[in-house]
Amino acid sequence: MGRYVARRLLQMIPVFIGSTLLVFAMMYALPGDPVRALAGEQTVDPAQIAQMKKDLGLDLPLWHQYVNYLGNLFQGDFGTQIASGRPVADIITDAFPITIRLALFAFTFTVLVGISIGIFAGLKADTLRDRGLLVLTLLLISIPSFVLGYLLQYVFAFEMGWVEPNVSEEAPAGELILPAVVLGSLSLAYVARLTRTSVAENLRSDYMRTAVAKGLPRRRIVGVHLMRNSLIPVVTFLGTDLGALLGGAVVTEGIFNVKGVGNAVFDALRHREGSTVVGIVTLIVVVYLVASLIVDLLYAVLDPRIRYA
Amino acid sequence: MRGAKSAKWVAGAIVVALSATACGGSDSGDSDAKEKGKPAGYVSIDVGEPQKPLNPADTNESLGSYVIQSLFTQLLDFDSKGGIVYTNAESVETKDSKTWTVKLKPGWKFHNGEDVTAKSYVDAWNWYANTKNKMQNAPWYSDIKGFKDVHPEKGEPTKDVMSGLKVVDDTTFTIELDKPVPYFNYKLGYATWAPLPKAFYADPKAFGQKPIGNGPYQFEKWNHKKLIQVKAFDGYKGPNKAANKGVLFKNYATVEAAYQDLISGNLDMIRQVGPKDLPKYKQDLGDRAIDQEYAAIQSLNPAFYSKTFKDIDPKVLQGLSMAIDRKTITKTVLNGTRTPATSFTPVGVQGNQQLDTDIFTYDPKKAKQLVKEGGGVPGNKLTIQYNADGGHKEWITAVCESIRNATGVDCVPDAKPDFQTDLEARDNDQVKGFYRGGWVADYPLNVNFMRELYDTKAESNNGRFSDKDIDAMFRKGDNAKSLDESIKFYQDAEKALLKKMPAIPLWQYRINGGHSKAVDNVKVDFHGDFEITGVTAK
Repeated sequence: MGRYVARRLLQMIPVFIGSTLLVFAMMYALPGDPVRALAGEQTVDPAQIAQMKKDLGLDLPLWHQYVNYLGNLFQGDFGTQIASGRPVADIITDAFPITIRLALFAFTFTVLVGISIGIFAGLKADTLRDRGLLVLTLLLISIPSFVLGYLLQYVFAFEMGWVEPNVSEEAPAGELILPAVVLGSLSLAYVARLTRTSVAENLRSDYMRTAVAKGLPRRRIVGVHLMRNSLIPVVTFLGTDLGALLGGAVVTEGIFNVKGVGNAVFDALRHREGSTVVGIVTLIVVVYLVASLIVDLLYAVLDPRIRYA
Repeated sequence: MRGAKSAKWVAGAIVVALSATACGGSDSGDSDAKEKGKPAGYVSIDVGEPQKPLNPADTNESLGSYVIQSLFTQLLDFDSKGGIVYTNAESVETKDSKTWTVKLKPGWKFHNGEDVTAKSYVDAWNWYANTKNKMQNAPWYSDIKGFKDVHPEKGEPTKDVMSGLKVVDDTTFTIELDKPVPYFNYKLGYATWAPLPKAFYADPKAFGQKPIGNGPYQFEKWNHKKLIQVKAFDGYKGPNKAANKGVLFKNYATVEAAYQDLISGNLDMIRQVGPKDLPKYKQDLGDRAIDQEYAAIQSLNPAFYSKTFKDIDPKVLQGLSMAIDRKTITKTVLNGTRTPATSFTPVGVQGNQQLDTDIFTYDPKKAKQLVKEGGGVPGNKLTIQYNADGGHKEWITAVCESIRNATGVDCVPDAKPDFQTDLEARDNDQVKGFYRGGWVADYPLNVNFMRELYDTKAESNNGRFSDKDIDAMFRKGDNAKSLDESIKFYQDAEKALLKKMPAIPLWQYRINGGHSKAVDNVKVDFHGDFEITGVTAK
């Protein structure tokens, strides 16, 4: 187990370097010069631009810039934004906490509601209740998040007046619920469907029949025997989903004015702030790696037949 | 049977969804929700994160300018008609348009109590102009004698100060220019000409995060990407003293989000209503909606080095201009957010004139004829380059449609993914046909809309238009003895431009914004910016 974890952690290093290099190269390949663009349509001064590029190290070849970047990164320096002159680390510490909270809300919502719906439907597969829930999840899957976002915002903020339409600067928990629901609703539908199918299938399996025949209480049959086996595909999905949620959903963050990671990445991309994009993407990659490691470890807990040497 | 039941579910859900969206006409504009975190007497406006630190000479985009303008006051400013209003200056005078004498109003102070003196200005300008300090707006100082010493075209500066700037006494200084510029005082209204306190030079970087100005407001806090807060400066002596207690510049992720907050009472002023809400904002806001022209113009600029427009007969361009149905496009596609152009300069700048011409009027027959007389467009096909991230696609498509229908010339939109890519193609002379041009007034004179755009040597002349006669007419305007004469010469030049067609002006911008019930006296200046100092909180 310990060796397995260590090996997985070591594997992260090449993935980390590879992904940063890839993003770095992509940013480099994008047309558009961030320093030049500062002037917009107004007067451009070539001497000035050359001076700025030299100071920022942007006149160096790609590999040199990348080596410089990695070198600084290992000293804990994420670089500096070209336009604002702010350290990228500040931008990250501004954006990540709020997105983490939003993602955790959305994740909790997805897990609790999604799995409950799934079990609820799966236990009585092919009944009206099951069909109804399937249609509901189908609806959630097919509605684009911006439609759902504006719809919920309209209904709950303007018609009912229960919440503010936008998340304010401090982003208190109450304001994050609505965007979290929108953000989580797509994965909710997938989780519900995965759970439902898995539960419905396992209900017919031999060990379930045995458990029933042994006369175990229903709570134990469903809660332990059925759930443990049915959750494996769901946990796989949830693992990658957590990464996606943390990556931030640009659309949802835009609708509810959440100043999170999605917003920050979009902004940085638009302004060709390479170091900011690479910094944030790197962190998201790390989150994905850790999440998938946790998922793999959870397998062993859920199914004791799976063992790590 | 089961199928039928689930179908009912779907139908039910659709009815719920539709009824929720269909019952429009929200009355939520009446809500008087108190805005969170806003001190009493403050007003709020949606202004996004400034691109750069708050340094007057390093900002030329509108978001940063809003904040800079509230914190700093220059020598002079302009009224709604484009006339000069002296703010920090008592007078700015010249006899020969070459040497200008500035007298400051006495008793002005920076927000930290330091006196605003002639030296505060001269030192600041010298610092701004220096190449080493990498200020975006350094070229603004290029008229001043000795600019080349501090800002050579290549290499390091040889001096620290410009020889043209001289402090006479505490409240007087003189500016000597390289050559006469009759409208030089108009340039002084641009935000970059602000003075700096001594505290600046100790740590310019920290200053950019926490500026100390001499303007109507003093800096309070900057929560990056969220909010900038300033409060009214009690010691301010200018004519534009704040009528409110302070301002919150709030950053929204989208214009739609800002609009939502405006109608739910969490925001006082919105600068631009997004396309989604444009059709209904007047209904939502009533007399609180703002719909007004400002001094900015959009045009199609031919790249004169391209295959399409190399050695083109201006007649063709005139014909193409007449092939564009400006009236219909501004009304429908652009939702009335623009006014059809009638000249190369926008209404509201001094020297704007009614040109006696039909070149800006839609006339498909004459358009076709003119294009034919001029020898047509090579390959009978042209392109319009634009940036896809700026909401231009719809009108570019409409313009192309209009050109195609009227003249039979095939017109293809040439989308660049974003503004940066668009600019890069322009800088590197890679535009294949037209590019989408736009210009907002730096100062309210017709000069600003010709000299900076169509002079052979102008930096922003990305179409590389070059014409000796036009250059000579501009020079004549620059060397005129008085401002009026200069404007007059430029008006003549504008008439000559009609025959050369360096660009096809399309329309003038309008500001489509609004304000909440919590504020009054909301006015817009020639830049299309709100005059925040005059806004009163109810």
